[in-house]
Amino acid sequence: MISVQFQDFDFGHEYQQLAVNNSQDGAVVCFVGLVRDYNQAHSVTGLHLEHYPGMTQKALESIVAEAKSRWSLGRVRIIHRVGDLGISDQIVFVGVTSRHREAAFAANQFIMDYLKNFAPFWKKELTIDGPCWVAAQTKDQAALTRWQAPQATMT
Amino acid sequence: MIRVLFFGQLKEQLDCAALDLDTQSIATPSTLGALLQYLQRAYPQWCDQLQDKSLLGAINQTLVSSEHRLLDGDEVAFFPPVTGG
Repeated sequence: MISVQFQDFDFGHEYQQLAVNNSQDGAVVCFVGLVRDYNQAHSVTGLHLEHYPGMTQKALESIVAEAKSRWSLGRVRIIHRVGDLGISDQIVFVGVTSRHREAAFAANQFIMDYLKNFAPFWKKELTIDGPCWVAAQTKDQAALTRWQAPQATMT
Repeated sequence: MIRVLFFGQLKEQLDCAALDLDTQSIATPSTLGALLQYLQRAYPQWCDQLQDKSLLGAINQTLVSSEHRLLDGDEVAFFPPVTGG
């Protein structure tokens, strides 16, 4: 299930939803991304997350479909928040279950790597020097190579 | 008619979130790249931003290359590399 939402999420609740009545899966891997107080040489005081409403759901569904084609997965849960966030607020939740841990670990990292490159969200940091759009990082683009995936490009 | 959307820093730089184009003005069927060229001719003040090679483009909410065909009724979006997660 995929949610793009303004409100916060409860990690314990999300974990329960992945684990309960799921006797065939022996592994649950959950990742949570948080707002850092320092990024790209700025002291950050908060974050605004913009998205392309018509496309985010579609892009995340396509990422989950690709993950399920690569690994045998049980349940997949993605929550991505938008709007105004404060320091240490939760931004993103990715939870994956599978029979064995290898697939759950790999698929969770795969989903985050793809989300970082293909899901239409943009971060604007609020810093002590004023607002500043976050630049895409080459390390996130480089992460695609471990999945033999092409870069996001128009050319 | 083709609806064109801009997001992120690009939207702020252009001071424009959306515009509707009469398909006759861009001679459809055309391509995403041709639309980008058209926008630079129609809005010369946007040239610098629209020539940024890192820009991404989507047609009907799917990332595509500049050679992708454009049809009447399509929703097009241009935006900087994404930074979610």
